[in-house]
Amino acid sequence: MTITKRLSIIVPLALFIAFVVVALVGLETPQNAPIESQVIGQPLPDFELEGLNADNPGLAASDLRRGGPVLVNLFGSWCVPCRLEAPQLAQLAEGGAVVHAIAIRDERRDVERFLTENGDPFARIGLDPRGRMQIELGASGVPETFLIDGNGVIRRQWIGQIRDEQVPEILAELERWK
Amino acid sequence: MIPETGHFALWLAAALAVAQLFGGWHFLRRSEHEAALRLLVPAAAAQGILCLIAFAALIWAFAVSDFSVALVANNSHTAKPELYKLTGAWANHEGSMLLWVCVLAIFGAVAALRVRALGARFRARLIQTMGAIGLGFYAYLLISSNPFARLPNPPAEGAGLNPLLQDPGLAFHPPLLYLGYVGMSVTFAFAVAALIERQVGPLWARTVRPWVLTAWAFLTGGIMLGSFWAYYELGWGGWWFWDPVENASLMPWLAATALFHSVGVLAARDALRNWTILLAVAAFSFSMIGTFIVRSGLLTSVHSFAVDPERGLFLLTLLALYVGGALTLYAVRAGSVTHGAPFRPLSREGALVFNNLILSAILGVVFIGTLYPVVLEALGGGRVSVGPPYYESALMPLMLALLIVMAIGPFLRWRRSQTGAAARRMVPALVTAAIFAAVALAVGIRGVLTILGIAIAAWLGAASVMIVAGKGARRLSAASAGTAIAHLGVAITALGIAISAAGSSERITNLAPGETDRVAGFAVRLDGVEPVAGPNYTSVRGLISVLVDGRVMPLEPERRAFISPMQVTTETDILPLWTGNLYAVIGDNDAEGRWQVRLHWQPMIALIWIGGLIAAAGGLVGALAGGRRRRRERREAAQ
Amino acid sequence: MTAAQTRMKPKTQRLIMIGAAVAALIVAALLAMPALRQGAAYFYAPADLAAAEITPGQAIRLGGLVEEGSVARLPDGITMTFRVTDRLESVPVRYAGLVPDLFREGQGVIADGRMQPDGVFLADTLLAKHDENYMPPEVAEAVERAEAEAKARSAPAG
Repeated sequence: MTITKRLSIIVPLALFIAFVVVALVGLETPQNAPIESQVIGQPLPDFELEGLNADNPGLAASDLRRGGPVLVNLFGSWCVPCRLEAPQLAQLAEGGAVVHAIAIRDERRDVERFLTENGDPFARIGLDPRGRMQIELGASGVPETFLIDGNGVIRRQWIGQIRDEQVPEILAELERWK
Repeated sequence: MIPETGHFALWLAAALAVAQLFGGWHFLRRSEHEAALRLLVPAAAAQGILCLIAFAALIWAFAVSDFSVALVANNSHTAKPELYKLTGAWANHEGSMLLWVCVLAIFGAVAALRVRALGARFRARLIQTMGAIGLGFYAYLLISSNPFARLPNPPAEGAGLNPLLQDPGLAFHPPLLYLGYVGMSVTFAFAVAALIERQVGPLWARTVRPWVLTAWAFLTGGIMLGSFWAYYELGWGGWWFWDPVENASLMPWLAATALFHSVGVLAARDALRNWTILLAVAAFSFSMIGTFIVRSGLLTSVHSFAVDPERGLFLLTLLALYVGGALTLYAVRAGSVTHGAPFRPLSREGALVFNNLILSAILGVVFIGTLYPVVLEALGGGRVSVGPPYYESALMPLMLALLIVMAIGPFLRWRRSQTGAAARRMVPALVTAAIFAAVALAVGIRGVLTILGIAIAAWLGAASVMIVAGKGARRLSAASAGTAIAHLGVAITALGIAISAAGSSERITNLAPGETDRVAGFAVRLDGVEPVAGPNYTSVRGLISVLVDGRVMPLEPERRAFISPMQVTTETDILPLWTGNLYAVIGDNDAEGRWQVRLHWQPMIALIWIGGLIAAAGGLVGALAGGRRRRRERREAAQ
Repeated sequence: MTAAQTRMKPKTQRLIMIGAAVAALIVAALLAMPALRQGAAYFYAPADLAAAEITPGQAIRLGGLVEEGSVARLPDGITMTFRVTDRLESVPVRYAGLVPDLFREGQGVIADGRMQPDGVFLADTLLAKHDENYMPPEVAEAVERAEAEAKARSAPAG
């Protein structure tokens, strides 16, 4: 067998292996938004959001500066994945996490119905009818979940629906910022 | 119970795939071919039936809106129109993978029953390989993407009312594509069996040819349907965006196109043995790579979906196993495949080799452009996007060269190089090309590349018609007819691309009701807007009048606001005329009650899809040709 | 054909074939490389853009959120201006044409275009991010296939 022939036989395999390696590296690289939040490590600005009703007083920046790490979940009653992550949020709350929520561009009535249908693991819920907090938190969609340390500094961001296997990771993160 | 039946049928089918793989092994090692076939053929046939049962079970769950099935709850809704409830069954990840294995199992069953020409041993190897391919996908489906998973607390209403998915183009384009992608798995199995049994030759090529052509025709149809869908639904007047998702379907198409041309050389001249085998492996590899790219989220990062990396890894593992395995087998065995016949460069086979080289170069350019962002990011070079300018400038010369080879090739004879005779026979086609170029110049089309494109497309079109005319209807074989039809289709598409690219004009304007504007010489008036209420949306419809040759024609683009989920979609309206399409989109209104309207004039753009469908039909004719010849051969053998 | 010719041929043949294949590879590379240099647009967030040296006129891709209250339409009724922000920095953008269906204040947007010498980003194409809710991969994939609402097109020809 000539060398050229041997090469022409091996080259396809080599090219394919190169592709697999690149694909593996590509899969390992986080695929998060190009619009990753630039606000990790930044303090939250002041804000105050209205609550649902008399029993649910709303959410303000001061609620996030009480010395312990908390989660803030951005959701919308109109958003399909937000329904799907409801059980995971419930697990987080059961695991001892304080989970606050901000309802983005939503109606009171729809939020109430969403909570009856999907459960309410939230400590406090703020209404954000114009989606202002999305900008403040550097979120590009819903659902997104943020970890705020006890001093009101944004520490972590989870983009998209929280999956089952992420629950322990998030609880561990909360432990870390205690 | 019905979803459980479907789930059970899938497990049974998977068990049969195991039986095919290992049972086949057992018998073939002792050279008991007939015994192997007595196991393998019924197993493959039963697999096809079981997969159909599973698929029917899923369709049923969607039809009756059984929200206790998680997939239905997430992707369906009782308010959906009936048709889209059914098509919703495959408009999601799990369902589409079930469709994939279902098509795979049916192709496997048909191949097991019909591929006899290459002997019992080859047939057994083929079925065994199909079983091995099926097994991986069953594992993928049953382990990581079970479509029949139940919900403990079924919701009263489903969550899937995505208006985007309620569209005929989107509903039927995936199944067509899958018929193409998965069809390539049969040719892949042919290649693997041929490598194992060292049976590469003209008979192999003739047997595999109808499979390649059928898969290619489906792939062509699927790509064309997707392109047409993008054209009328995306609302910006383009028909191809060089999006990774589109490239994922284009790459296997290019490999398959090269494949059946080199299969032709192998069948007629017993040359290009290794190369043909390699292409057969490549065609299926690119089908899988395409599926992997779309599903793993490897290349969709700019759209930032939460993608499950585990699924990507699973698919990559399957890809590595199958393609890596086949290529290793190729590396081990290709050296021992004996050499085929030599040939001259200026002959039919010479032209086909050229065609293969150009197609490979095109494939390379598309592959590089698609993967460049991933490679660069993996190397830490930042985020880039590679868009139409790259593809257009890199591919244009290759495409023109390919069209020229296509026009000349069918006029050359096998073996012989007789340039004089071929050139003489080309004269009428060249005259046609000159006429088209002159007409294009006369109607005001400018640009060297455009005129060249139109002339070459016309040349190819005329040359294709002459294949038929030259032979006369009686002496025309179905295979030549298939070539002629497919080449004519490509010529028509190329003509549509060149003319619409050169002659399109666009006008974005801001009109108050009653005001008039012009696009490409057509007077366009916005008469007003009217509100429309749909089943699950409200809409604003623009009432536009266009003056065409003294007649008033309506254009009514809409802007729909869906209620659940909240979403706005633009519905374009297209006025098809003989000379081209008028295309209108309506946008927002401002405080003074003026509406943004975008108008496109796209001459001859419909030729792109018409040509594509003709080419696909040509592929099917070519596939039938193989069947006819085989029947004749069998008859002759019997006599 | 003589016996000598038939013996010689396959080897020459193979050399020609390999030569042709190498030539095709080189042609593809020659066509792809310059096109890639010109046709690939780098992605920047506003903060990156402030730090990076961008030559005006170079094709780039700008991504971020449409700043609240920044969207305005010029008197011609077609050109619109807005700011794209990542909260640290924000960049003024000008775009002539119909905005995509999902374009909204506070939403993610990706703009293809180039920086002007005056510091305004002139966008040819806007992509509103698919959806304000992150869809599960299965829906996302179907919609991804669609590429649907995400694309809107561009300034008038010429």
